[in-house]
Amino acid sequence: MKVLVPVKRVIDYNVKARVKADGSGVDLANVKMSMNPFDEIAVEEAIRLKEKGAAEEIVVVSIGVKQAQETLRTALAMGADRAILIEAADDVHTDIEPLAVAKLLKAVIDEEQPGLVIAGKQAIDNDMNATGQMLAALLGWGQATNAAEIEIEGDVAKVTREIDGGMQTLKVKMPAIITADLRLNEPRYASLPNIMKAKKKPLDAKTAADYGVDVAPRLTIVATTEPPARKAGVKVESVDELISKLKNEAGVL
Amino acid sequence: MNAFAQTPETGFRLPDPDFVPEELQMLRAQVRRFVETEIQPHAEAWEEAGEIPRDLFRKLGALGLLGMQHAEDYGGTQMGALASVVFGEELSRSTFGGVTAAITVHTDMSASHLSRVGTPEQKAEWLPRICAGEVVCAIAVTEAGAGSDVAGLRTKARRDGPGEDADWIIDGSKMFITNGVYGDLLIVGARTGGEGARGLSLFLVPRDTPGVSVAQKLKKHGWLSSDTAELYFDNVRVPASALLGGENRGFYAIMQGFEHERLMIGAFSAGEGAKAIELTLDYVRQRRAFGKTIWDQQATRQRLAMLASQVAMVRAMVYQTALALDGGRPVSLETAMIKSTGPEVLHEVVHGCLQLHGGTGYMRGTPIERMARDARILRIGGGATEVMLEEVAKRI
Ligand SMILES: Cc1cc2nc3c(=O)[nH]c(=O)nc-3n(C[C@H](O)[C@H](O)[C@H](O)COP(=O)(O)OP(=O)(O)OC[C@H]3O[C@@H](n4cnc5c(N)ncnc54)[C@H](O)[C@@H]3O)c2cc1C
Repeated sequence: MKVLVPVKRVIDYNVKARVKADGSGVDLANVKMSMNPFDEIAVEEAIRLKEKGAAEEIVVVSIGVKQAQETLRTALAMGADRAILIEAADDVHTDIEPLAVAKLLKAVIDEEQPGLVIAGKQAIDNDMNATGQMLAALLGWGQATNAAEIEIEGDVAKVTREIDGGMQTLKVKMPAIITADLRLNEPRYASLPNIMKAKKKPLDAKTAADYGVDVAPRLTIVATTEPPARKAGVKVESVDELISKLKNEAGVL
Repeated sequence: MNAFAQTPETGFRLPDPDFVPEELQMLRAQVRRFVETEIQPHAEAWEEAGEIPRDLFRKLGALGLLGMQHAEDYGGTQMGALASVVFGEELSRSTFGGVTAAITVHTDMSASHLSRVGTPEQKAEWLPRICAGEVVCAIAVTEAGAGSDVAGLRTKARRDGPGEDADWIIDGSKMFITNGVYGDLLIVGARTGGEGARGLSLFLVPRDTPGVSVAQKLKKHGWLSSDTAELYFDNVRVPASALLGGENRGFYAIMQGFEHERLMIGAFSAGEGAKAIELTLDYVRQRRAFGKTIWDQQATRQRLAMLASQVAMVRAMVYQTALALDGGRPVSLETAMIKSTGPEVLHEVVHGCLQLHGGTGYMRGTPIERMARDARILRIGGGATEVMLEEVAKRI
């Protein structure tokens, strides 16, 4: 079975995001970028499936600016077999919306015919949580989102997901789309010898136009603002004072 | 504001020069994650214990991070100076100088001699375990009576019988040896010939060889997690095959490693300096006095701006020189400049940053307090500033 994993280059989770002066979005100039953490988990899961013998080949795909090549190389260094870069923007600030990404991925999937797609449940930049679902709809495939555990049994994937109040187990017939949640696994380090080997693994460069997909945005960003600064708290001396404040000042009791 | 936190939200990180290739940027990302998850949460306890668990070396070994100076045939990746600089800079950002010291003495200052002048048999015997972190190395050159003046060392090695196959007997002592208490393989400088630099040789001496003893585990001002030993060598018998590099060629072998070592200390200065500034920016932007933040005092802004600029210049020269060294160009002037000035800049930085932390910076447990102690040795070890300035003066 071939597993396809889409990976996105996003602002590094360690970086404190700052809004651009004109409010049009987050400032990404000279900011450290990394693989979306949920995508890293998806890559790790695909590698584990391969190590267990449930998958033969792992193809990683990234859509965005040329520098997404670095993100793909990281996935290759972790253990993916080959990579496809779809250049769809010149400016790091151009976000390709989920529907356009899903259409491009569908086009890649039509060519590659993977048995399984594992994506991150969402990207930490815009937190849309939409691409996997849209892709399943476009392909007419089954989907299991927010996976915390994946088991492959023949042509069925058994996926456990964390839901309010407990765990839910789904069975989806493959080919299918699974999106990875945080607790699915802990991604491995890329060892230095594997980083060196990744340089020699194949990386195909394509453009959005090669697939005939229009990536023009359909959404308009009205404003981007920093979250309001947290106000300092107060210390209370006693439980009585706390109750009184909750009653009289906060009005929540 | 939390002066005890190691990863503030605001960062002071300079972008890599364009010539740093993609694989080294990936190496940096991996080392950075390793530092954040495998070093920073535990190193406070290692400082208390005065010991770094062997497991840390094994983990680094499994990721291929201990073999950058060694050939692929022996489990390494043979990467050159620029890779080591990236590695050293990221380790330094951990804020634990002792951990950086223990690791890099192993990778870049001791086992590196084995790769440089060892025979294929010596390499095959030791390097795979060195790359895997199973064997930890130390370089034992300094003696109580000979530090800056390496050529004055007196530990003696003599052949026990005629002919090249005779065993060697080593007698003497060594001082201030990093990894000397818990390490496994000592690379020992000893006198095999006449007075001066031309009479020195290097030997591979397993620390458990009969006659080798730890006279004391030294108590230090900083680098608390790194073990530092005074070692005795009493009638220590090693086979002829323990001679590393040619007989009486030891000083030459040590000198060959100097440029790389000096560059590494520049990388530590850049990494520790930038991290100290990062921690301090975070602190002063939130700490308030006289109705505004400390950062809003122009004196603070100017001071930190100056220190940040100096660190940036040290870093630029370190990277440029690493590139030149990898390109095979002579860099003895540049590396002496880096070793003489990088640690001096770092000294200014850590004490300037401690000052801006106020009383908090004087408290045990704050990274800046530890960094100020740890930085001090870099002006002395691996060639004191004054000795390095002489090296610069000779060449200008
Ligand atoms: C924590 C720590 C770890 C170490 N690890 C190792 C190790 O792993 N292996 C090893 O072999 N050694 C190690 N050393 C030893 C270190 O390299 C020496 O301390 C250093 O070379 C200085 O030698 P010294 O201490 O004998 O100082 P000295 O040679 O006595 O010099 C004292 C001072 O005199 C001045 N001075 C000396 N020469 C000159 C000159 N020509 N011109 C002007 N001024 C001069 C300098 O200010 C110098 O600091 C370590 C030291 C420490 C403290």
